[in-house]
Amino acid sequence: MLSVRGLTKRYGDTEVVRGLDLHVKRGECFGLLGPNGAGKTTTLRLLLGLIEPDGGSIELAGIAVPQHAREARMKVGVVPQMDNLDPDFSVRENLLAYGRYFGMSKAAVAARVPELLEFAGLASKADAQIAQLSGGMKRRLTLARALVHDPDILFLDEPTTGLDPQARHLIWQGLRRLIGAGKTIVLTTHFMEEAERLTDRLAILDHGRMVAEGAPRALIESHIEPAVVEVYGEGLEDWMRDRAGGVCQRFESVGETLFCYTSHAERVIDALKQAPALRYLHRPSNLEDVFLKLTGRDLRD
Amino acid sequence: MIRHLRFPRLSWRFIPVWQRNYLVWKKLAIPSILGNLADPMLYMLGLGYGLGSLLPDVAGMPYLTFLAAGTVAYSTMNAATFEVLYSSFSRMHVQRTWDAIMNAPLTLDDVMLGELTWAVSKSLLSGLAILAVIWGLGLYGSFWMTLWIIPVVALVGFCFGGMGLVMNAVSPSYDFFLYYFTLVITPMVLLCGVFFPVSQLPPLLQSVSAWLPLTHAIDLARPLVLGKTPSDIVQHGAALCAYGFAGYVIALALTRRRLLK
Repeated sequence: MLSVRGLTKRYGDTEVVRGLDLHVKRGECFGLLGPNGAGKTTTLRLLLGLIEPDGGSIELAGIAVPQHAREARMKVGVVPQMDNLDPDFSVRENLLAYGRYFGMSKAAVAARVPELLEFAGLASKADAQIAQLSGGMKRRLTLARALVHDPDILFLDEPTTGLDPQARHLIWQGLRRLIGAGKTIVLTTHFMEEAERLTDRLAILDHGRMVAEGAPRALIESHIEPAVVEVYGEGLEDWMRDRAGGVCQRFESVGETLFCYTSHAERVIDALKQAPALRYLHRPSNLEDVFLKLTGRDLRD
Repeated sequence: MIRHLRFPRLSWRFIPVWQRNYLVWKKLAIPSILGNLADPMLYMLGLGYGLGSLLPDVAGMPYLTFLAAGTVAYSTMNAATFEVLYSSFSRMHVQRTWDAIMNAPLTLDDVMLGELTWAVSKSLLSGLAILAVIWGLGLYGSFWMTLWIIPVVALVGFCFGGMGLVMNAVSPSYDFFLYYFTLVITPMVLLCGVFFPVSQLPPLLQSVSAWLPLTHAIDLARPLVLGKTPSDIVQHGAALCAYGFAGYVIALALTRRRLLK
């Protein structure tokens, strides 16, 4: 459904996308993860043919991009990072207007509107103005708008950023319905939980390069020990010096916390029982641990 | 900017963009018409009767007639300019409507052509309203000749729509547009023969005036109001087309650099 080879984009001397290879199969939900500035949004814009690559090739729904971007975009629905619903139109009019951009007749769009409103949970808001909608409603309408022309593939750029948990779960439900209906989805996110829950496969980007790719479970298993014990409290430095190396397979000190990665958490916990001043949190390792291991803990802006 | 310059790729896909603006306008048509048209009409009638009663014939015609011909060009210039400055800027920068549209199979060329043709439509509306006053007050020489003012008005809208889109492309905020009005539009109103004949200006300013697009617009509109065939139709028409087309092409390059980098 999507095939990218050696994709490269430069701004001046900075390479923001460096030789990216991606392959997404029909019906797959694929995640693009990366810290801010990793090149996720630029990659999406390249895939849509909005900007021209400096190298590499893109084939989207069997169509070469950017050469035939117009035709390719007929088959893609886009949920952008920032809401850009048309504030001069009501909820229903937003869908009608958007369908026209795809060359649909008014009757064809109008026939789809009830289904789209139901999907977005906005059936009772059809005539509401955009300013009256909550953040979650706007996102759901943006998602419905992206489906107006019944695309084969959906691009979502951080679809749940800025939403509260309730609203986020509603979006996830909607996306699961679409996956169930056989749509192909490419989403960017920096919520690991979102990626773990939704995606079949994901790629972690950093500085425009892919640093890992695979199914979320497989990535966790291949990159990181199965358990994490986070240790903090009085006397951490002594414990780290004297004991951590012996019981942790790998450890990392971040600020006031020691992250101890291990396949044998009980050994770590036994050792910690002899240091009652220390507190700890024992949890299974997750995608965030992989992400931080691969992209580092430095702040990105 | 140079590497973004290229001949526009025109397609019929601009029509839904025009239609989008039309549908939004329709919701507020009455206040919008009043806002766009009352102002030039008040100037024209106020100055035309008030000042006109003090004046002998101006350039061989009553002052009100002289002013009416200038106002046709001046109000269509303003209608197109306001549309592509403030309204297009809202859609491009504030509401991000252009971004949303370009995720559909439209290009920036389509979106900006939609904006430009919409500006032409607003100009036509504005020009027709002034024309209606001209007809109503019988300020014309030949009714049939005044019908030629309609395509002139569309051309003026195209010219100033294209030029204004350049400002839209480089503006960081609404405040920036004031420079354009102060440095371009207002001087043009005073130099191009809206309120008084260009021949009243010092020779240097007269030669500047000859290059300005509003002069070309008025040189077409004024004879038509009087029922005469304008001289140098081709030159004036070509000048208006050239300003508008150059504006559109430069604006496309600048906006491409701004939005699609």
